[in-house]
Amino acid sequence: MAIPEPQFDELYRDLILQHYQHPRNRGHLPNAALRAEGANPVCGDEVAIELEMNNGSIVRAAFEGQGCAISQASASMLTETVAGKTVAEARSLARAFERMIVGGETPAPELGDLEAFQGVAKFPARVKCALLSWKVLERALDGAG
Amino acid sequence: MFDARAIRRDFPILERRVNGRPLVYLDNAATTQKPQAVIDALVRYYTTMNANIHRGIHTLAIEATEAYEAVRAKTAGFIGAEGYGAIVFTRNATESINLVARAWGEANLRPGDEVVLTVMEHHSNIVPWQLVARRTGAVLRYIDIDGEGRLRLDHARELIGPRTKLVTLVHASNVVGTINPVAEIAEMAHRVGALVMVDGAQSVPHMPVDVRALGCDFLAFSAHKMLGPTGVGVLWAAPGLLESMDPFLGGGEMISVVRPEESTWAEVPHKFEAGTPNIADVIAFGAALDYLAALGMAAVRTHEIELTALALERLSRLPGLTIFGPRDPEARGGVVSFAIEGVHPHDVATIADSFGVAIRAGHHCAQILTRRLGQSATSRASFYVYNVPEEIEALAEALEHVLEVFRRGDSRAAVR
Repeated sequence: MAIPEPQFDELYRDLILQHYQHPRNRGHLPNAALRAEGANPVCGDEVAIELEMNNGSIVRAAFEGQGCAISQASASMLTETVAGKTVAEARSLARAFERMIVGGETPAPELGDLEAFQGVAKFPARVKCALLSWKVLERALDGAG
Repeated sequence: MFDARAIRRDFPILERRVNGRPLVYLDNAATTQKPQAVIDALVRYYTTMNANIHRGIHTLAIEATEAYEAVRAKTAGFIGAEGYGAIVFTRNATESINLVARAWGEANLRPGDEVVLTVMEHHSNIVPWQLVARRTGAVLRYIDIDGEGRLRLDHARELIGPRTKLVTLVHASNVVGTINPVAEIAEMAHRVGALVMVDGAQSVPHMPVDVRALGCDFLAFSAHKMLGPTGVGVLWAAPGLLESMDPFLGGGEMISVVRPEESTWAEVPHKFEAGTPNIADVIAFGAALDYLAALGMAAVRTHEIELTALALERLSRLPGLTIFGPRDPEARGGVVSFAIEGVHPHDVATIADSFGVAIRAGHHCAQILTRRLGQSATSRASFYVYNVPEEIEALAEALEHVLEVFRRGDSRAAVR
C-alpha cells in the first residue's frame, strides 16, 4: 500500500503563511469607532479587532492578537478584506466565510483571496481558529446598531 | 525482560493507521492506550459478573464485591501502602484532590492559614485550593522554579513556615517533566506541622512509587494514565486522616444508620464512596495494575529514561527548537515539551498529525507554568511502555517538515 502524502499543504497555503509571518494592519486605529475581542479558551488564540467607520462603512480595520498561523492569518486577511465594505457587506462576508469553513461550501466569489482558507474545512480541530476573528468582527459590528 | 516491541502486540489500537500512516502515539501524559487484558477484563465483568456491590446477598453481588475490593488491595500494594492508610476510589485524580480540598480543607483551614503549592501544578491541583481559599480565607503561596524547571528549594524553605497548614505538589510535572524531591519537601512541611498532598498523576504510572518513602499524607492519581479505563481515580490517605474527616459526598453506600435528622457514616474508605461506584472500570483497572506489575515499574522507568534521553538528544539537533525542563533525563519523567521559534504549537500538532504522530499542544492545563516559561502554549511529546525509538525518529521527521513549511512561508514572503 502506498503511503499517501500528508495533506497539511491544503491548510498551510502560501498566502496564509505570508499573512501569519507578515501580518497586515496589526496595531491600533486612533479613530476606531468599534472594537471587540475574543479568545478560544481551549487553545489560547486571542484576537482583538478595531474598526474605523464612516457613514455605515468600514474605512479601516486593524487587529491585535496572538495564536496559531490560522487564527492570525485569518485576522490579517480579514482586516484587508473588510476595508471599504458596508456593515451589511461585511456581515455577508462573515457568513460566506463560515459556510465555506464549516459547511465545506465552494467559496463564494465575494470571498476573493479568503478562499485560501477552504482547506480548513478538512481539519475540524482548526475550524475555530479560522473563525475566531470573524466572530470578533461580527461582535464589533453589533455596536454599529 | 522488558521488550517494548512485544508489549506493542498487547495494544490493539497501535495497529491503527492515522492519515494513512502507522499511529505514533506520543500523548501518553494525557491518557494512555489500553492493553487487550484491560479491555477483556471490562467485557468479562459485564458478561459474567455484573451486579451492584457491598449490599447484595446473591452470588453475583458477592463476586463483584470481592473483585472490586481485591483491586483496592492491589492498588494499595502498588504504591507500598498495604495495610497502611486507606484507598478511596474516585472518578479521577482531580476528584481525589477536590475531596481533600473540601473534606479536609474546609474543616481545617482558617483565615490567614497558608496552603503552599508550586508554579508547576496542573490546574487540578490549583483550582480546588482557590475555591477552598475563597471559602475559608486561607492564602495560597507558590514555590517557584529555576531556569531548568526544577523547584527552588530555597524558595520552598522560605514559604513553608508556621502559617503553612498544607503543602500540595505534583510529583512529576506534566509539562517540564521534572521529578520533584517530594520526601525533602514533606520533611520541611512536617517539621512545621503541615500535611502533604502529592499529585501522582504523572509519577505513579511511570516509576516505582512508595508512599512511605515519599512521606506524604495524601496521594492522588488516575487509572486512565496507567493503562486503565477512564472514570477511575485513586486517593490514598495516611492512617487516621480519613477517619477524622467528614464525608465529601452523601448518599447510598457511605452511611451506617440514616435517621430523619442525621446519619452515621460507614467505615473508611466506604464513607468516601457515595453511591454506586464505577465497579466495572475499577475491576478492569486491576488488570492494568497486574500488567504493570508484571513489567516491573523499575523496568518501565528505565525504558522511559532511555526514550527521553534519545528524544532530548534528537530534538535538540533541530534548529530553532527550545526544550523545557531538566537536561538530565534521570531527573525527569518521559515528558518532553518544546517550542519552535515562529511556529505556534497548534500548527506543530496539526502537521505532526498529518504524519500519524499524536502529540499535545496547548497550555497542558498548567497556565501558571506555561506563562512562567514565557510561552502561551507549548508542544509536548510523552512516552510510555509501548513506545519505541523509531517513533521518536518519526516525531523528529515530522518536526523537520514543520520547519520546512514555515521556512517556505518565510522565504516566499521575503521575495514578495
